[in-house]
Amino acid sequence: MSKMHVKMTVNGKEVEALAEPRTLLIHFLRENQQLTGSHIGCDTGHCGACTVDIDGKSVKSCMTFVGQTAGKSVTTIEGIANPDGSLHVLQESFKEHHGLQCGFCTPGMITRAYRLLQENPSPTEEEIRYGISGNLCRCTGYQNIVKSIQAAAETLKIQEAAE
Amino acid sequence: MIPGSFDYHRPQSVSEALAMLADMGDEAIIVAGGHSLIPMMKLRMAIPENLIDIQDIADIQNISISGLDVVIGAMVTQAELIASEPLNALCPLLRETALQIADPQIRNVGTVGGNVANGDPGNDMPAIMQVLDATFVLQSNEGTREVKARDYYEAAYFTARTDLEILTSIKFTAPPAGHGSCYMKQKRKIGDYATAAAAVVLTMDGDIVTSASIGLTNVSDTPLYAAQASSLLVGKKLDEASIKAASTAAKAITDPAEDSRGPKEFRTHLTGVMVDRALRQSAKTIR
Repeated sequence: MSKMHVKMTVNGKEVEALAEPRTLLIHFLRENQQLTGSHIGCDTGHCGACTVDIDGKSVKSCMTFVGQTAGKSVTTIEGIANPDGSLHVLQESFKEHHGLQCGFCTPGMITRAYRLLQENPSPTEEEIRYGISGNLCRCTGYQNIVKSIQAAAETLKIQEAAE
Repeated sequence: MIPGSFDYHRPQSVSEALAMLADMGDEAIIVAGGHSLIPMMKLRMAIPENLIDIQDIADIQNISISGLDVVIGAMVTQAELIASEPLNALCPLLRETALQIADPQIRNVGTVGGNVANGDPGNDMPAIMQVLDATFVLQSNEGTREVKARDYYEAAYFTARTDLEILTSIKFTAPPAGHGSCYMKQKRKIGDYATAAAAVVLTMDGDIVTSASIGLTNVSDTPLYAAQASSLLVGKKLDEASIKAASTAAKAITDPAEDSRGPKEFRTHLTGVMVDRALRQSAKTIR
């Protein structure tokens, strides 16, 4: 069982590496690419802490082999901030509205919310709750996460209108 | 959890994938979305030496509709199925069901083909395909054959598909315009497998049932087509007596596993409740 050559785009940068085919994308990102923002929570596809964006879709990276992602474009929490390094509106909003406590689920929550707001820029509370149903948080009771996403949606709409 | 070692292959056509399968035999497993297989590999309940990833095969990615005839390519994801307006207009039961499978991330990757092919009794689409009397297209190097969804499932993870075959598409004729349908799924939490679930397609003439089709999820080691419960309704009014008779007949064919979703008696009872509610809701959706 030989290693395979994989090539993909991670946070806008082309990356190439040799990896065992059994390498899960989350392990590739964390150990090969040193991007430790995406977390391993349950390792069974339930908790969503490992959520990344692949070609414009939210995906659980603990449930995907590195070869399946070859040739695609991956965005992790490290790729969400603005190019100048300032926080993305969602990151600001989670900070402002106490959308996190221990912070373990937060990279997955924000990566998922980032895609949710692109799919639906004006979600209702129910749509937000359904949209993040693949992400578990054991601290907040979700209330402030929903508020953070609602507030970010408003801010993003105002920003868009100003442009 | 780290899966066992394997070699990874990404064929570009069905024929290339079939040639690989013929060559590797039972040392290979086909992976579509992988969201059922990869957890099994992590638990080392599946230890393939070769993984054949069919994501690049273009001609199994589409939904095609001609009149009432529908063909769903095996690689169509649950999210793509949900997004298909023409399919939803023809047969809303599929979107209604897909929206109750797992969560958004899983639906982005999990495929309809994988959901029906692997024989997990917890999967939701198999009972739906039985209710729609769908046909599964199985291809191998030897040729193509078709198996009815109602004949495909033998036991948990055992199906009519051999190791050398790929389930490449699902075909069915949509119920006539104006039909009613419903998938009623009781689950412990959002995204869970069903504790018990019932799928119904119903047509009526006035208040008389002209056809009924009832399927059950996760209350046996295979999906169940409730043939007797369905036929009991035909020619009758949909009233307390006929609904009771149908749900009693559906309960009689269940043999649920006793697991964290509850004891056998509870899940059998719940099957009756799901059939009852699904029938009433289906009648409301008739146009």
